[in-house]
Amino acid sequence: MSASATSLRQRGLKGWQAVEALFDAAFGSRLNPLRHLGAIGVLAFWLLAASGIVLYAVLDTSAAGAWASVEALAHVPLGLGLLLRGLHRYAADALMLAMLLHLLREWLHAHERGVRRFHWLTGVVLIGFVFVASIGGFWLNWDQLGQYSAIATAEWLDALPLLAAPLARNFLAGAVGDRLFSLFVFVHLGVPLLLLFGLWFHVQRLSRAEWLPPRPLALGVTLTLAALALAWPVLSQPPAALDRVPQSLQLDWLLLWLHPLTDAGSAALTWALVGGAALLLLTLPYWPQPAKPAVALVDAANCNGCRRCFADCPYAAVTMVPHPNQRIGRQLAQVDADLCVGCGICAGACPSSTPFRGAERLVTGIDMPQLGVDGLRRRLREDLAASKAERPLVVFGCDHGARRGAAANADDDDVSGCSLLCAGQLPPSFVEYALRDGAAGVLVAACREGGCEFRLGERWTAERLAGRREPHLRAQVPPERVELVYAGPGDEALLAAALQRLRRRVQALAPIPSDPERRLRHG
Amino acid sequence: MAETLSSSPSRPSDAPAGPARWLGQVLLYGLFALAIGVFSHWPPYHHLGPGQALIKVSFSRVGKPVGDCRKLSDAELAKLPPNMRATEQCPRERSPVTIEVDVNGANVLSRTAPPSGLSKDGASALYQRLVVPAGEQRIAVRFSDDVRARATPYHREATVKLVPGQVLVIDFDAEKGGITLQ
Repeated sequence: MSASATSLRQRGLKGWQAVEALFDAAFGSRLNPLRHLGAIGVLAFWLLAASGIVLYAVLDTSAAGAWASVEALAHVPLGLGLLLRGLHRYAADALMLAMLLHLLREWLHAHERGVRRFHWLTGVVLIGFVFVASIGGFWLNWDQLGQYSAIATAEWLDALPLLAAPLARNFLAGAVGDRLFSLFVFVHLGVPLLLLFGLWFHVQRLSRAEWLPPRPLALGVTLTLAALALAWPVLSQPPAALDRVPQSLQLDWLLLWLHPLTDAGSAALTWALVGGAALLLLTLPYWPQPAKPAVALVDAANCNGCRRCFADCPYAAVTMVPHPNQRIGRQLAQVDADLCVGCGICAGACPSSTPFRGAERLVTGIDMPQLGVDGLRRRLREDLAASKAERPLVVFGCDHGARRGAAANADDDDVSGCSLLCAGQLPPSFVEYALRDGAAGVLVAACREGGCEFRLGERWTAERLAGRREPHLRAQVPPERVELVYAGPGDEALLAAALQRLRRRVQALAPIPSDPERRLRHG
Repeated sequence: MAETLSSSPSRPSDAPAGPARWLGQVLLYGLFALAIGVFSHWPPYHHLGPGQALIKVSFSRVGKPVGDCRKLSDAELAKLPPNMRATEQCPRERSPVTIEVDVNGANVLSRTAPPSGLSKDGASALYQRLVVPAGEQRIAVRFSDDVRARATPYHREATVKLVPGQVLVIDFDAEKGGITLQ
């Protein structure tokens, strides 16, 4: 990728992270809507589906009767009709907004490449479905806005030499036939079904895909859309009349912007823009990009088939196959290199990754070639052996999170640190090992909640350290000597504060090991 | 399993608590609603300017054959298989259809639509929008669907009074006598 595009992405990412931090301040990082954009889009889809089913039940699906049946909703007592209609329209707007922001966020994080190319490409196709389904919805009302949109769409399609007779001839005079209106219904019902099918594809290679945002966020978004539906009702414009051009339209600019753009330019211009944008988005994953990181490797002799890596892999890259030792029921993890993002979360999940094993060279069941558990243990030993501090501290950080060096100060002489591919790569036993090997305290720094580059790393780390997920940190580890901090990129000050808090806490404690016998003996 | 951390994890400390946090959420949800509400209604869009009307010129017409049919000679017929000995042979290709529209004496449209199909034997079609000022207009339409020399083009002239926003459709319907204005 060109240097200018990379620079644009980096600047954009910084800006995005600043906005995310603003939202974190209000929602907290776990409920930050900007970290759940895909799920908010799916929520909007389900709101559309639920309200759409009721709307379809009351819609007169004839060209002559459609307008009156939709207009009647405005007179349903208690504003229920307005609520239904407004929710349907505003959910479509929310879906469009969430989808485009989701696309932008993923691009800023360079998620269009590598393993995630599949999600990117299927997502780009979904944008087309959403546009078609949204625009088709306006036609069913068959008011002046629907008339304008239907004719504008027909004229736009006619710019392509696909049909012998222009589609727009269907709207010349008189009334639209019921057969054509049936086509409208088909577009608005059929394309969302394709969208649902496409959504299933979109998340196929994710394990534990987030189909809905966290409950408080889902409730907040739904209530906001419902309140908007009542406060600013969506009303029909006058009925369609093909012998008249609507003089003034309340256009939904989020969904129908293509029509006025075509009016202002030409169909050829907007086809070029849409085609160019689609081409750009579909080819982005194939632009020159950094080499793919090394993928996880399984060592059959050390894999006991416990399935923890299978359970924890965020990208469903691990499957379980019969173990080659042919013992009945014994399984072996198998990594699909095409799906592995190289996060190392599987190595953190492997019970064989414990550094307490006596072998000179630590070989675990599944490991990362670029940063294996053996190298991690060796470095930890060396750092602690070299430390002259009375109460040395160890920081396990994340390559994608806050950088400790950026906030280093004079007090940090007592700190040694290891930056991991992801915080989730850390086997919890390393925390205990560090404390048993002379560290006075251990700080584990994960990215902000919901902000893990590899989706689930910070979540698994927290659950493992809290003893809620295997492999867990053993209860005998002194809790006052362990600190977990959620510090994403740019949160260096937060990381430094957490380190300082841990330092103060352990300074009040006796240095360990007070008993030299407890100290680990190496090789 | 017991919790092994002494305290809950450190989170970004800039997150306010209590009312400030709720206020922030209400504000951001409000902004979200405002963005959606505003852009789904505003600004109003004017497809045509005030005082303008629209003429749609459109037809779908199979032109006349490009040449005359001719009778085959006995010798030519004899060369054909018995089941294909039609005495008259007509060209398959159709004439392109030409239309010209004048408004108040000025030519505003002059287009020729080629026949569709790989063998050029399908209908010629056109759809064209013309924005004109509202009010009284003298409209002249010339329409030709036959390229043969002796063919006479269709012609129609009419004075129409268009109100702002009105759509006048110029079409061709042989059953209604040719060029129609409606």
